Amino acid sequence: MEKILEVKDLEVSFQTYGGEVKAVRGVSFDLYKGETLAIVGESGSGKSVTTQTIMKLIPMPPGKIANGQILFNGDDIVPKTEKQMEKIRGKEISMIFQDPMTSLNPTMRIGRQIMEVLIKHQNMSTSSATERAVELLRLVGIPMPEKRIKQYPHEFSGGMRQRAMIAIALAASPKLLIADEPTTALDVTIQAQILELMKDLQSKMDTSIIFITHDLGVVANVADRVAVMYGGQIVETGTVDEIFYDPRHPYTWGLLASMPSVDNDGGAELTAIPGTPPDLTNPPKGDAFAPRNQYAMAIDFEEEPPMFQISETHFAKTWLLHPDAPKVEPPAVVQKRIRKLSSTFDKPVLVKEEK
Amino acid sequence: MAEKLIEIRNLKQHFNVGRPNLVKAVDGISFDIYRGETLGLVGESGCGKSTTGRSIIRLYDATDGEVLFEGENVHGTKSTKELKKFNRKMQMIFQDPYASLNPRMTVADIIAEGIDIHGLANSKQERMERVYELLETVGLNKEHASRYPHEFSGGQRQRIGIARALAVEPEFIIADEPISALDVSIQAQVVNLMKQLQRDKGLTYLFIAHDLSMVKYISDRIGVMYYGKLVELAPADVLYKNPLHPYTQSLLSAIPLPDPETERTRRRTSYDPDVHEYADGEEVQMREVSKGHFVYCSEKEFQKLQKQYKN
Ligand SMILES: Nc1ncnc2c1ncn2[C@@H]1O[C@H](COP(=O)(O)OP(=O)(O)OP(=O)(O)O)[C@@H](O)[C@H]1O
Ligand SMILES: Nc1ncnc2c1ncn2[C@@H]1O[C@H](COP(=O)(O)OP(=O)(O)OP(=O)(O)O)[C@@H](O)[C@H]1O
Ligand SMILES: [Mg+2]
Ligand SMILES: [Mg+2]
Repeated sequence: MEKILEVKDLEVSFQTYGGEVKAVRGVSFDLYKGETLAIVGESGSGKSVTTQTIMKLIPMPPGKIANGQILFNGDDIVPKTEKQMEKIRGKEISMIFQDPMTSLNPTMRIGRQIMEVLIKHQNMSTSSATERAVELLRLVGIPMPEKRIKQYPHEFSGGMRQRAMIAIALAASPKLLIADEPTTALDVTIQAQILELMKDLQSKMDTSIIFITHDLGVVANVADRVAVMYGGQIVETGTVDEIFYDPRHPYTWGLLASMPSVDNDGGAELTAIPGTPPDLTNPPKGDAFAPRNQYAMAIDFEEEPPMFQISETHFAKTWLLHPDAPKVEPPAVVQKRIRKLSSTFDKPVLVKEEK
Repeated sequence: MAEKLIEIRNLKQHFNVGRPNLVKAVDGISFDIYRGETLGLVGESGCGKSTTGRSIIRLYDATDGEVLFEGENVHGTKSTKELKKFNRKMQMIFQDPYASLNPRMTVADIIAEGIDIHGLANSKQERMERVYELLETVGLNKEHASRYPHEFSGGQRQRIGIARALAVEPEFIIADEPISALDVSIQAQVVNLMKQLQRDKGLTYLFIAHDLSMVKYISDRIGVMYYGKLVELAPADVLYKNPLHPYTQSLLSAIPLPDPETERTRRRTSYDPDVHEYADGEEVQMREVSKGHFVYCSEKEFQKLQKQYKN
């Protein structure tokens, strides 16, 4: 399979009043043509910053790419100028932002905002752009789109704004679509429609998608592979089956255990992961998750764990996979999920850092 | 126990009245909210959930209908003093954490705004202590107090909004998708927190959300809206076990489950409003099919549903 994106040892930080926030601390991943990678992880763990960096959309300063490479079709994006980026953005790579209100222009009619992309990147005439804008709004499930194109963002409901953004992002038929929580404001029926629309686009155009979401049900539905982030790092990555049926990192266990199920009658408390997220101005020594990890060992507070490989496609950054680590049992709700997958190696293999 | 805290009577909220682009965002809905309960509100995007919440809290002047809080009409003319009293009793956590936080204020000032307006702290020190306590309650820490909203991630901002709402110790909180921007573990923290605050302080919630498993978990009763109307209202477990309105059925069939295998084979039922085949002039309204289980239906459908219900 062809790689469309390779992110290598990316580090991004922000200079703030309180010090330097190390938002992304050595993130590496690949994305293949036509695949969907879901990124999940704690709020504040660097999902948005990582993906915004791919489009060079973080404010610099205070932001800065401290290290790493972002190869898009083999070409490093990091040294590119703003002018060069403008050619890529919206055309090659487009993004659906987490917050529709700050990325839609409040003073411009919705229709116009979609048309601009079409006129700029697809060289469409005004009349065909109008037609296409109406069609795109219809595709994302907005009723009476002929009327709606004349409205302003504040006249749309939260979910309708989100759908307008999706329409804008799809307008240019990008090669890489980054969707930052594109469906969080949508009800499940419209969410399902949008997910199908994205899959449809993907199969027609071989689009690659990075999909950030908190909804593990959505992950199970859309993802080929999943990356789990914590404290500015990817702590586990694998195929969707590996993450849901054979998770290895205790943070991933915590995530899976936190969800209510529809059969939960509300009697029992949800199992939240205790404690607060790490302070990224002063990241802890060792494993950033250690203070909240009930399985933490002495070494977790001393030394950052390396990546271990569990299968061709499955990696986790935890000392628990070290041959000398004691055998631990994941929480009961997680154990219920676990299956033996045929792809798993006999033993986890330490991944040597290439420096 | 069932004391009514809020009564909503035939509430209507129309936008652009008298113009061709009239929107009947909320179109004649009635329901009660009991003291100490959580009423979940779900429904299609754009069906009027936020508008309902905003009208209850008087962010809009209702087109028609009334909202009674402890028997008093919220929408009647009020003196500034009375308004201030209402404002303290009812708080809203907004759907859009970006638009609702003033970018030029520090987190501490945002959270303490209500404390200042209502004079709830006797000294600067007490004010800051309260802010720190609230930050901790919502899973942030002291160091965050002096920062500005843009320095936070989406989920962190949402928690600032929650801390702000809690600051004035309200009786009733309208939470408009308070957790959809949060990761599941923090969702769990916030929901546990909301439940605990409810137990400790007897808070009442109107909880608007899309995540149906979370809504079921937190709500005592759930209302389902479709195009400005309430189409079904029932105790949470009953609604999930026995959804009667076809829109509710389609919603429940679309809940994504955290299991890749089920997702690969999932089948959804979609809702077509034409299935009802209502005749002209046929009276469609909320009817109580079984105790506490209301469905928006015609007399004919009602008869059928009642028969179905028995077996
Ligand atoms: N402009 C900025 N200035 C300072 N810090 C920032 C800035 N933008 C982001 N950060 C910090 O970077 C970290 C990562 O933020 P990011 O928005 O990537 O989180 P996220 O994983 O997308 O979280 P969420 O799920 O809540 O959206 C956070 O600690 C955040 O406070
Ligand atoms: N200020 C306004 N002017 C005109 N129309 C409006 C305004 N606010 C809301 N609407 C319209 O009212 C309807 C209901 O909107 P509302 O925001 O209440 O929906 P919602 O159920 O909260 O949806 P979502 O789940 O997407 O947030 C929508 O058709 C919306 O376009
Ligand atoms: Mg984010
Ligand atoms: Mg809304």
